[in-house]
Amino acid sequence: MNMPVAKSEISGRIFAAPTTPVAAKVLPLPVKQKPINTRARDTFGKIAATVVPPVVMVLLLLTVWQVLCMRPGATLPPPSKIWTEAYDLIVDPFFVAGPQDIGLGWRVLVSLERVAIGYGLAAVFGIALGTLVGQSVWAMRGLDPIFQVLRTISPLAWLPISLAAFRDSQPSAIFVIFITSVWPIIINTAVGIRNIPQDYRNVAAVLRLNPLEFFGKIMIPSAAPYIFTGLRIGIGLSWLAIVAAEMLTGGVGIGFFIWDAWNSSRLPDIFIALAYIGIVGFILDRIVAGVASIVTRGTAAN
Amino acid sequence: MTAYCRISHVDKVYKRGSTETCVLKEITLDIEKGEYVSIIGHSGCGKSTLLNIVAGLTPATNGGVILEGREVNDPGPDRAVVFQNHSLLPWLTVYDNVKLAVDKVCSATKSRAERHAWTIHNLDLVQMTHAKDKRPSEISGGMKQRVGLARALAMEPKILLLDEPFGALDALTRAHLQDTVMGLHQKLGNTVMMITHDVDEAVLLSDRIIMMTNGPSAQIGEILPVPLARPRKRLELVADATFLKCRQRVLEFLYERHQFVEAA
Repeated sequence: MNMPVAKSEISGRIFAAPTTPVAAKVLPLPVKQKPINTRARDTFGKIAATVVPPVVMVLLLLTVWQVLCMRPGATLPPPSKIWTEAYDLIVDPFFVAGPQDIGLGWRVLVSLERVAIGYGLAAVFGIALGTLVGQSVWAMRGLDPIFQVLRTISPLAWLPISLAAFRDSQPSAIFVIFITSVWPIIINTAVGIRNIPQDYRNVAAVLRLNPLEFFGKIMIPSAAPYIFTGLRIGIGLSWLAIVAAEMLTGGVGIGFFIWDAWNSSRLPDIFIALAYIGIVGFILDRIVAGVASIVTRGTAAN
Repeated sequence: MTAYCRISHVDKVYKRGSTETCVLKEITLDIEKGEYVSIIGHSGCGKSTLLNIVAGLTPATNGGVILEGREVNDPGPDRAVVFQNHSLLPWLTVYDNVKLAVDKVCSATKSRAERHAWTIHNLDLVQMTHAKDKRPSEISGGMKQRVGLARALAMEPKILLLDEPFGALDALTRAHLQDTVMGLHQKLGNTVMMITHDVDEAVLLSDRIIMMTNGPSAQIGEILPVPLARPRKRLELVADATFLKCRQRVLEFLYERHQFVEAA
């Protein structure tokens, strides 16, 4: 019990100090800062800690692959063979050597354009329909069972129907992207809207926000984390679907390239295309996740 | 003569399937302009339901509320509510939370610059200007409640509805906020209706204390005027005879005559 007394005595002295003239000189304390080369070493160390492990793992896997596929009679090419045979595809993604002989970068861009249109439409329709289903009990009762059945249908099963309807491969591929990615967006948006806390609705009611203001100022920000979960699943699914759709519809995309390579027995090219698809898919996912983390800053924190 | 705010023969019955639960029965209460009224009762007695009926968030089954000669049918900014759990929008800054209300309520009467000034003015009133660019998740519970209060005050309500505004706060913060509310009531002359379950708080802040009987079918059991002069000082009142007498009356009502029954 002596502690508080002692503390107040000390603080009393501190408060009393300024009343008497201060004679002491003010000595600037040397700011302790690490030398530049140490700091650089620290940041370098951090980067190395994140970069080195995956690089080591990739090298390890490539070695295993090389060892397994080097035997005579191996059905798949080893990495060394892929490197020599598909060298032009690896080093230059944007070469143009003829109407059908172009770099994989171009092909990926064509596929991305289809995904952008299909996914963009899915995002708009998905959020709009999800809002309707989340907000209206009757819309949910009517539409939710239909959505739950339709969403289980494989993207490729839609392809014949869309080909019959559009009579052209380009809109058909876009439709397949749309129909694949729209369901998770609808369902997650609806859950997000349904989970808007009653408090926020009360605030909106007291302020007499009109439906449009309510949508923009309460619904969308409040449901944003859910909506972005849906958008993130959606972009993954649409990237999965585009490859399959392009394999069947033809054209210039990365999916058709794989099919074409298979038909002309260029196995090394397929591996390169796979690497492209994986990396692009990863980047797409990171982009949506990045946008999500910026947009949902406040909501996620609470 | 009609009162400023008249709650008239209000019943509230909740129906779930075939079972009917009568929450409030025959509530009639007049509130004068500038008056500070507290409603106290055990939990589950329908205090919050009554406040929501005045706010327009819940419709009354029978009877109604008339505020300044107009019937209450829906929620509106003339009956601003400070909610128990602050209800700030987490994606907006403190400033933007208040500004949202200001923009909506004052869009016709104030220019852009005036709305900004009004927002800052109301944040000043609750001493929260220093945190105006913070998000609700970055400030304490008491600060959130201050911002909630600023948002409600910014609407310039005819009646300010406080739904257990200090319920979720620790005792020291609560006392501090009570003083703030008391000061603002003194300064702005708002009409206030406050729900509380804290006897000291009710006596300290109110002009009248409405004591509710236990539900179901809760009624107004007793109305106690608090004849203490304002401004009131917390420390001086601790030993004040009138304060203690009022406190005792409320305690007697709550714990002797209408003891909380768990089964109710």
